[in-house]
Amino acid sequence: MNGWKTSRQRDIEQRYSAMVERFTPNHAMAMNVTRAFLWGGAICVMGEAVSELGKAYLGLEAADASAFTAIVMVFLGAFLTGLGQYDRIGKHAGAGSIVPITGFANSIASAAMEFRREGLVLGVGARMFIVAGPVLVYGIGSSVVVGLLAWVVGLIR
Amino acid sequence: MFVKAFLVGGALCAVGEILILKTRLTPARILVGYVTGGVILGALGVYGPLVEWAGAGATVPLTGFGYSLAKGAIEGVAEHGWLGAFMGGVTATAGGIAAAVFFGYLCSVIFKPKTKT
Repeated sequence: MNGWKTSRQRDIEQRYSAMVERFTPNHAMAMNVTRAFLWGGAICVMGEAVSELGKAYLGLEAADASAFTAIVMVFLGAFLTGLGQYDRIGKHAGAGSIVPITGFANSIASAAMEFRREGLVLGVGARMFIVAGPVLVYGIGSSVVVGLLAWVVGLIR
Repeated sequence: MFVKAFLVGGALCAVGEILILKTRLTPARILVGYVTGGVILGALGVYGPLVEWAGAGATVPLTGFGYSLAKGAIEGVAEHGWLGAFMGGVTATAGGIAAAVFFGYLCSVIFKPKTKT
């Protein structure tokens, strides 16, 4: 009332700020996870729509439709990266923009653009795989292992 | 199908976000983990039913890329023997890989990177 705080008021304030400190990180985390969920889900719904459109209007069969979806989503990811919009989405979406295949396209396109100044061969050509390279190495590598295991299992049977 | 795609795709991304926040893994490591995880789950026959159920919700996240690699390798072996282990995975994912290389390259030629502030 008159500018002086009672000890009880100070105590309440201290406990309040301790409470804020305790809950803020969790709250931020819940927000980030929710945003990742919403954006990631929305991007997958877009993929589903692309797939349905391909089947309905281009007469694509299931296998071709999934290739079509991958190509269109990669195009969209790269195009939005080129316009500088994908990084803006990424600030809100976090993993929601990284985990979908559009994020894979983003990793290639943004690296390609960033290293353009180092030349078309050792700049763009080499550096565009700075994130996508490991993905391809471990993805393709482990798929060869799976294929060879399937071959061995087939021999034994 | 759209609801299922939203739920499964969103959940896979939410798990990625939790991994980033809790373990401080870099996005590159998350992507490598997701692809490899997709290959393993695909090989074990776990991921296939999820794709059947959720469509693009399971195929658009990078685990779906891994699943396609594993499925392609196994189908390749059925068709070409051990050669197929080397051919099937890349064949199944060729569209996405070629598109990423092509459009990524185009971006660097057409667009100028925004100067970071």
